[in-house]
Amino acid sequence: MSPERTASGIAAEVRAGRVTALEVLEERLRRIDELDPLLKTFLKVHEEDARGQARAVDIRRSRGERLGRLAGVPVALKDNINVRGWETTCGSKILAGFRAPFDASVVERLRAEDAVLVGKTNLDEFAMGSSTENSAFFRTANPWDRGRVPGGSSGGSAAAVAADLVPAALGSDTGGSVRQPAGFCGAVGLKPTYGLVSRRGLVAFASSLDQIGPLTATVEDAALMLSAIGGHDPKDATSSPRPVADYGAALAGGVRGLKIGLPAEYFAEGMDRETEVLVREAVGCLERQGASVVEVSLPHTRYAISSYYILAPSEASSNLARYDGLRYGAPAAAGATLAESCAATRGAGFGPEVKRRIMLGTFALSEGYHEAYYGAAQKARGLIRRDFEDAFSKVDVLATPTSPGPAFRFDEKSEPMAMYLSDIFTITANLAGIPAVSVPAGLTAAGLPVGLQLLADSFREDLLLRAAAALERERPFARCRP
Amino acid sequence: MSAELELVAGLEVHCQLATRTKLFCGCPNGAAGSEANTAVCPVCTGQPGCLPVLNKAAVALAFKAALALDCGLAGRSVFARKNYFYPDLPKAYQISQYEAPFALGGEVRFKAGGSERRARLHRIHLEEDAGKLLHAVGSRELDCTLVDFNRCGAPLIEIVSEPDLRSAEEAHAFLTALKEILLYAGVSHCDMEKGELRCDANVSLRPKGASVLGVKVEIKNLNSFKAVKEALEHEAGRQAGLLASGGRVEPETRLWDAGKRRTEPMRSKEEAHDYRYFPDPDLAPLVPDPRWIETLKASLPELPAARRARYAESFGLSEYDAEVLTSSSSLGGYFEESVRGLPAEAVKTCVNLITTELLGRLHAEGKAVEACPLAASSLGSLASLIFKGTLSSKLAKEVFAKAWETGKAPEALVAELGLAQVLDEGQVRGWVKAACGANPKAVADLKAGNERAIGALVGAVMKLSKGKANPGLVNRLIKEEAAA
Repeated sequence: MSPERTASGIAAEVRAGRVTALEVLEERLRRIDELDPLLKTFLKVHEEDARGQARAVDIRRSRGERLGRLAGVPVALKDNINVRGWETTCGSKILAGFRAPFDASVVERLRAEDAVLVGKTNLDEFAMGSSTENSAFFRTANPWDRGRVPGGSSGGSAAAVAADLVPAALGSDTGGSVRQPAGFCGAVGLKPTYGLVSRRGLVAFASSLDQIGPLTATVEDAALMLSAIGGHDPKDATSSPRPVADYGAALAGGVRGLKIGLPAEYFAEGMDRETEVLVREAVGCLERQGASVVEVSLPHTRYAISSYYILAPSEASSNLARYDGLRYGAPAAAGATLAESCAATRGAGFGPEVKRRIMLGTFALSEGYHEAYYGAAQKARGLIRRDFEDAFSKVDVLATPTSPGPAFRFDEKSEPMAMYLSDIFTITANLAGIPAVSVPAGLTAAGLPVGLQLLADSFREDLLLRAAAALERERPFARCRP
Repeated sequence: MSAELELVAGLEVHCQLATRTKLFCGCPNGAAGSEANTAVCPVCTGQPGCLPVLNKAAVALAFKAALALDCGLAGRSVFARKNYFYPDLPKAYQISQYEAPFALGGEVRFKAGGSERRARLHRIHLEEDAGKLLHAVGSRELDCTLVDFNRCGAPLIEIVSEPDLRSAEEAHAFLTALKEILLYAGVSHCDMEKGELRCDANVSLRPKGASVLGVKVEIKNLNSFKAVKEALEHEAGRQAGLLASGGRVEPETRLWDAGKRRTEPMRSKEEAHDYRYFPDPDLAPLVPDPRWIETLKASLPELPAARRARYAESFGLSEYDAEVLTSSSSLGGYFEESVRGLPAEAVKTCVNLITTELLGRLHAEGKAVEACPLAASSLGSLASLIFKGTLSSKLAKEVFAKAWETGKAPEALVAELGLAQVLDEGQVRGWVKAACGANPKAVADLKAGNERAIGALVGAVMKLSKGKANPGLVNRLIKEEAAA
């Protein structure tokens, strides 16, 4: 991919003064104007605000000030990440009119690196979904086939990057919401170790699982974005105090001597043949570069879906209880009592998937059921975590498909369970808190991208990025772009 | 209450910690009285995307309270979400502690019915306060409800006692002792009028001597010590009445109506909330460093019980005097400063000055010890002047009043006003002789053995000396004169 299209390339050009941040932005805005009506990746493009930011970067450069690592790089943000003064909708009607009173910590860091924030991208309502079909506003199309979903819930961010509307975007990943759409759209999507990236300013879905992660076109850009947004934040009590690595430096290392594990449970029967072949070929490519490949077992994987769909909705039922229309957002017409008003607001404001999960979570936490559901799911989570600890005592990274199959058609998975199963390979990383990345493995015969997921032990993003970069060097992802 | 039933009560006391900022954000704590919604931020009003950050100063005060109350400190405690909808709770959950509180056990000793009693504590946990709903402004009823979030997120500890209290009087004494300890430890200002100390009570009756507990009723809205006492008395009567008439006590929550002085039903057990507690994923478990605990322990001031014992031991004070002087930490401090350098025999004089003159005057003027215009050292000097015989207790009162008003040192006032007692035997004898000469009948009566006749002679001497003659000396010299 040509350097003027990547985040690292743009930053280098802008710093060197070969192009201005405003020129970069205007070119992107023209492209958004042209293509986004077809794809509908953005909920809101903040053109004027972005121009102001770009001009400020150019002024800083003209004054001879040292510019940041993302100088002039246009970045899109999933619309569950707060930008001061901008609306945060979470793809929901219930937050209509809510303007964020503060910048998310990741936004502060992007600004500090001189990135240009372009706008907010579409998502499944409150990040609940795997297709972006649950957005209260509109669906986003997959740039490879506009009859197909981009994946979700960070579908807007993934599609915007895949269609080259922006070189980089942020998404959030609670059960695969960065990696799965990255796989569907042929982008690089990284879910960092829980605690590596601050959650402050990310509207919570399931607080113990949520992580913000970058979506980019190249591995180098993923490393650059992660270096910018990662690191300790005293305003997030779950943020890790360990110093953040320079992930860019890790890329060149190659995979000679790297031990790759293939978990048997992730190559189960019933998965898409072409997906399996492409993933195994990608692993084979790494093997040819000197990595060794062994089969491993993660025996408690079978509990992942059920425990995830207890824990995540439980936390969500609590996190989403605040949306009552009293302090912000859209209240329905007042009822006779407070409870009625609140119920009317929530009834009208939330979509069906969000309601389903609130009900699930409320039930799972109820007295009398708490131990059988929430308690048991926590135990399963512990077992899944231990599976990974065992595996990483034997291998450096694990390789799996990101999803059981490529992007599906709109309305194809109207059954909630069918949709939930599309997260089957991604949710374990969230339950265990470990980092995982989806990188393009190739295209199906029908021309749809397939993602290879790599997982590593906590805070070993360097290994993930090194392996991903090795694959990218041999099989440039450029051919996985529409 | 019929004779064969006994009251069994436990208290749940919410105490607002005296920190500078709230429990999970940087907003000022204790701004409940300020203009509504001026001490708020995105965190304490539950704006989307906000995260709580634990205030370490609040943890320190909470742990100090637990140490002062002899609780066991948990090596690991966990914040939990208590989920319920109410407009004063902006996140729709309260961050509290549930399964794993930071302190377990402990006890409060108090005196009731003339004997030493103690109530065990069940636990203490740390939590955030909710906001406040306003249904009226002043006396004007509103047609809507307003919410003030100034108090929302204020740090609280909830102290839960075991059901060890057996009367309304005991509950009152327990609270008094508890408040004293919390104030001493510097944990809270404990101002009930500001809601810094709030109380719920669990009340049941059972046959005297029985080991099983009766059906428990929870009483809420006890916002003064008086309310606690009255509500318990009332509730015991209500339950006894029910039982006497063959009825049953229902497990329920009742509200104390201080105006009507009775409890009224609030919700039954069936209507009880299901709070769906679970560990708050936004906060790590609280694992205190043992060395930090040691520092906290070392920073605890002397507590009332220890201080009382020391006063009895080193100053020889009566139990009553020790209790009065330790009723607040600052009064004890005043006392200790006033007796500094005073001979042991003069301490009692000083104590008397404090318990009568000083406290009387403070009370009359509605002042706290901290605002006392008379320096402790001055009070000590006054006691010393009495002890040395320079001042009679009557003159001491005069000097006390002058010192209170002017702030001048007692010695200076004595000199200024010429109030020192006359101890010079020659001078006093002169007055005695003059008095005897002027009152021959009294002298004759005294000589005839009528001891009461001395009064008139003493009075005459005092008149001549303008009250400055030393009474002991006057007595002796009159007797000598009569015997001569």
